[in-house]
Amino acid sequence: MSDAGMGARAGGVSGAIDGMDAAAEYALPASKAKKSPNKDRKTVTFGDSSAVRSDTRWSVIAFIGLILLWWVSTKPWGLDEAFKAADLSDAERITVCNQSEECGRDSYSQLAGPLTFPSIRDTWNAMGTLATEGFRGPTLWEHMRASLWRVVRGMFWGMVVGIPVGFAMGLSNKARGFFDTIVELFRPIPPFALIPLFILIFGIGDGTARNLLIFASIWIMIIAARSGVGAASLSKVRAAYSLGASKRQVLQKVLLPNALPELFTGIRVALGVSWGTLVAAELVGTREGLGAMIFAARPFFRLDVVVAGVIVIAVLGVFMDMLLRILEARLIPWRGKG
Amino acid sequence: MRDLSVKNVEMVYEVPNGSNVHALSNVSFDLAAGRLLTLLGPSGCGKTTLLNILAGFLAPTGGQVTLGNDIITGPGQERGMVFQQGALFEWLSVEKNIAFGPNMNGADKAQTKARVDELLDIVGLGGFGDKQIYELSGGMQQRVALARCLANDPDVILMDEPLGALDALTREKMQKLILELWQETGKTVILVTHSVEEALYLGDRLFVMAPRPGRIERDYDLPFAEKGLHTDTREMKASPEFIEKREEVLSLIWEMEEEIMGRTEGV
Ligand SMILES: Nc1ncnc2c1ncn2[C@@H]1O[C@H](COP(=O)(O)OP(=O)(O)OP(=O)(O)O)[C@@H](O)[C@H]1O
Ligand SMILES: [Mg+2]
Repeated sequence: MSDAGMGARAGGVSGAIDGMDAAAEYALPASKAKKSPNKDRKTVTFGDSSAVRSDTRWSVIAFIGLILLWWVSTKPWGLDEAFKAADLSDAERITVCNQSEECGRDSYSQLAGPLTFPSIRDTWNAMGTLATEGFRGPTLWEHMRASLWRVVRGMFWGMVVGIPVGFAMGLSNKARGFFDTIVELFRPIPPFALIPLFILIFGIGDGTARNLLIFASIWIMIIAARSGVGAASLSKVRAAYSLGASKRQVLQKVLLPNALPELFTGIRVALGVSWGTLVAAELVGTREGLGAMIFAARPFFRLDVVVAGVIVIAVLGVFMDMLLRILEARLIPWRGKG
Repeated sequence: MRDLSVKNVEMVYEVPNGSNVHALSNVSFDLAAGRLLTLLGPSGCGKTTLLNILAGFLAPTGGQVTLGNDIITGPGQERGMVFQQGALFEWLSVEKNIAFGPNMNGADKAQTKARVDELLDIVGLGGFGDKQIYELSGGMQQRVALARCLANDPDVILMDEPLGALDALTREKMQKLILELWQETGKTVILVTHSVEEALYLGDRLFVMAPRPGRIERDYDLPFAEKGLHTDTREMKASPEFIEKREEVLSLIWEMEEEIMGRTEGV
């Protein structure tokens, strides 16, 4: 605004000076306004949830608080004593270790860590080692790539199968009747409960993990697509037919774009659930993956590796959701503005 | 241009609990091409139902509707519809909304573009072509809806309370626009409204409808639409003959309302 004011008057010397004065005058209220971004003129705010915004300062405080809590609890004078009390004798550790076939007596002594909650420094170091050398095999990057790939692939198939089925359910009586039964019966089943069955069908390893993730996302995508079709107002559909659209065109040019907001919500929910199912899915004999990494560290009491894995999972989850939000704002700018 | 003919149309909505709704009873009329018919009547008298039958969205339970020699059995491009609101496609720009009909028909791109620009100017939205729908005010959105309907060059334009959601001033401007468009294009227009003044001002013919069962109670030929094009709107609406007609129609509707109230009180 001030630029425009100055530019417009740049013709003469006196004009330029005037312009600067004017610019200074205008600049003041503008900067004031910025400091309190429309500091709601609302007088009733308690109970008006639309007036509640996330205060960044408090988010930062919460984050710092969590780090502090972690730091304090791993100090010798801190809560760490509690962990010490629960310490196991060496003999017990070895027994625990021997229950998993992976570690022998020799490797155990090199790999086992102390049974204390890892400090921030330990975890940081563990991440460094994981990133460069890895823990008993693949590096952190390879684990991350395997996990991400698994989730993306599960989501992909969940969408490729789920969206057409959901659309069919929204468009045809027969499809609605047929799939309603299937969806209602399978949707409430927690993916974890199916692990034994999946192992039987797909064997131990990648197949089970992959199909478990497809199972986790497919029902969500079906339901999202079904409600997406339902979201089209009758007047939009009728308008399209009146304008000469065929059934196929109504589907492509009206129902599909109109369902995008619901589909996106579905994708975000499915991604959250997939990410949550991932660790359990990777329990089942996969060599790579963040879940596999965590479970490989468990018998050796390498809690630093476990915590590092957990943190990476959390950060990646937040990151993917952010990415989707940005994509959503790009693809569906009309959302919430109708 | 073809005449519209409605013969003995009946519409009964079947309601699951058995109490069927007789929404239209023996509705018959002929409408010559190029007339502007307004529909007025108490809520629930079947105006929307009639419009939906004319558009081909509903099949009547009895009777038939013909446009020229064709019996109406479904929606068609020769009958365009303008809805009250929310029927624009939010995912398309203003331009693409207007071009929707021609694009569905695989019309020539360059020709469509020229036509869209022309229509934008006609409805007073020149330069707004690449705006998004949610960036427009309610009045502007209705202009887009009108332009989108005109892009397909229909014989008949059906409008269900197209100005119902607009403020008084915008509404008046839109009324003028509709009159001018009607005059210029010579299309048949059927417009549903709740405003007696609007029905009188816009209509070159007016049906006052009555409910339970829905039927045409009175059929007026009106002079105001023609006049409105040449004289000042305000002045005309304040003229004695306009006021006289307005009072006549108003008292007719009040009578109906009272009858309805009496009936429901009796129950
Ligand atoms: N799908 C439906 N199923 C059952 N009854 C219906 C249905 N649609 C409309 N009706 C009934 O038919 C009658 C006429 O409805 P309609 O919507 O045509 O009235 P209207 O004149 O457009 O009213 P308004 O002025 O409120 O828009 C009403 O009694 C209504 O309850
Ligand atoms: Mg209605």
